[in-house]
Amino acid sequence: MIKFLLKGVLGDKNRSLLPIIIISIGVALTVLLSGYIRGAMGDIINQNARFDTGHVKIMTRAYAENKSQIPNDLAFLGVDSLINELRISHSNMTWVKRIRFGGIIDIPDDKGETKGQGPASGMAIELFNTNSGEIQRMNILSSLVQGTLPKQAGEALIGQEFVDKLGLKIGDKVTYFGSTMNGSMAFKNFTITGSVRFGTPALDKGAIIIDISDAQTMLDMEDGAGEILGFESDEIYDDEKALALTEMFNAKFVNNTDEFAPVMLRLKDQNNLAGYLDYVDVYSAMFVTIFVIVMSIVLWNTGLLGGLRRYQEFGIRLALGESKGHIYRTLIYEATLIGIIGSIVGTAIGLGGTYYLQLVGIDIGKYLENATMLMPSVIRAQVTPELFYIGFIPGLFAMVFGTMLSGIGIYKRQTAALFKELEV
Amino acid sequence: MRYLLLLLLCCGPVTAQSEPKAASIIKKVDENMSSDSRVTESQMIIHGRRKSRTVSSTGYSEGYEKSFTEYLSPAREKGTKMLKLDDRLWIYSPATDRVIQLSGHMLRQSVMGSDLSYEDMMENRKLTEMYHVKIAGEETINGRLTWILELDAKVADVPYVKRKMWIDQERFVPLKEDLFAKSGQLLKRVTMEDIAQIGGRWYPRKMNYKDMLKDGKGTDFIVSKIEFNAPISEHLFSKAVLKK
Repeated sequence: MIKFLLKGVLGDKNRSLLPIIIISIGVALTVLLSGYIRGAMGDIINQNARFDTGHVKIMTRAYAENKSQIPNDLAFLGVDSLINELRISHSNMTWVKRIRFGGIIDIPDDKGETKGQGPASGMAIELFNTNSGEIQRMNILSSLVQGTLPKQAGEALIGQEFVDKLGLKIGDKVTYFGSTMNGSMAFKNFTITGSVRFGTPALDKGAIIIDISDAQTMLDMEDGAGEILGFESDEIYDDEKALALTEMFNAKFVNNTDEFAPVMLRLKDQNNLAGYLDYVDVYSAMFVTIFVIVMSIVLWNTGLLGGLRRYQEFGIRLALGESKGHIYRTLIYEATLIGIIGSIVGTAIGLGGTYYLQLVGIDIGKYLENATMLMPSVIRAQVTPELFYIGFIPGLFAMVFGTMLSGIGIYKRQTAALFKELEV
Repeated sequence: MRYLLLLLLCCGPVTAQSEPKAASIIKKVDENMSSDSRVTESQMIIHGRRKSRTVSSTGYSEGYEKSFTEYLSPAREKGTKMLKLDDRLWIYSPATDRVIQLSGHMLRQSVMGSDLSYEDMMENRKLTEMYHVKIAGEETINGRLTWILELDAKVADVPYVKRKMWIDQERFVPLKEDLFAKSGQLLKRVTMEDIAQIGGRWYPRKMNYKDMLKDGKGTDFIVSKIEFNAPISEHLFSKAVLKK
């Protein structure tokens, strides 16, 4: 039966070509858009996780309340014992401590007086601890524009934008000026060992990266840290796991009234990512629904045209004794076959386009100059296993639904009038 | 209409009288609070959410253009020096042996995590030069009768566009002050205590600065010693003094 229908579909181009083209275009667009949205979301989540949120993040309650202001005066003290506990109780995850800090980077002239200045957006990570995985996690090596990683205290990486703006060279000395955890003035000289560009304006603007031990000394945060970040060992975010871990961890401190008690947030609870993810899900679902409706209407219309063209054929088949239901079912089977063929062609085209956008990406850097959100300046699509089947849902559904609507006409034919009609 | 005219006739002289009176009050406040030069030894008690800390310093100022402060304790701040000339500020850090210049909006940043900005620290300009003033009422604070004065800036380069001051009617010294932004938002509240007669003038030896945009108890600024119109060597107001 299927073989017979397939022969009919492939043999009669008038019957199948237009629907296959329509389905292919629609499916290709669905696959491409889904791949792009998923790629963009993946990039954003990944970027946020690696540079800011972790898969989970632990802060003091007071710090968490004002975290956008980087309130290091409210940071953790005694952080090493907490990390050691976490490494024992949740050994399947990697735990790292970080300190973020603001301030000014001051460039001296020959006399040691201010030659140039810029606002600093500092990050102190476990650079010298090779087991922390921070260098790989933050892609620091591949983000190095020039120079090398800091190897000892008093050395720093600096954003390439700073280097360009202030005319810095590798080996130059700069002074950080800011506030310690206690609000005292913090001054520290750093030697620039390299410059970095992460491709994320929010990170690149005023970036200075130092080892956490330097920051602890500089900011009076001995055994302190602003944030403890937890990462799954495979570095892939799993929301269900993160939620379970967060609930379990926070339950331990639910009766603790200390404003410096730890609180754990999962990635989705930070940087408005939950709202953003839901927003994308809603729009993806909306896009697929609109696509199915529009394609169904087009294919309904195509089916009606096909029905008119095959008016005589249906009449003969009815006259020969074939039941209306059987004719209707064969039409649906045909539509299913056309839907499958169109979906295969569309998926192949869509995957090709997605793969191209995965390699090349779309540069949105100029729109992000003042953005504070962690977003990569080049948004790339991502070929995921899901894309191999997602197009079949609208492809098949629209074709079958369109045919079901147009095929209703078969039931309106009057057997008694058939011979009169066929005389024409 | 008749009543309106009568009202205007009655109120007119009162308003006209109020302005000169307010001006004379603020002039007397200036005589207490301002000086051509001063040398101050002070402690700043900064109340943090975790702990409080005390920063001691000696400050020298001449007019409102020149000011020099040297921090004496705690150990972390010892040797840090600040020099302000006009609207520029240089900070010397002995730890890095660097002189860093601050200007513009940086002068509105907090000093050492306190509720005082660099501008607050270095303000020594006469109120009569900066503000139009009027009397808004009377109130008793800590048993002392005060005038409530409303001050509106008449020059552009003032740190606070509006102020409200509660002036002791007998001693002509402020007991409380609210400092406002141009939008009318209350930015800081200063309360003065321990009013003492120093060198023939009344002066508050303890001031609590409270940044109203932050939580906490604010910062106590305690004057342990102050000398008005003392001769100060011009050398102290040169950049050369910073690295010494």
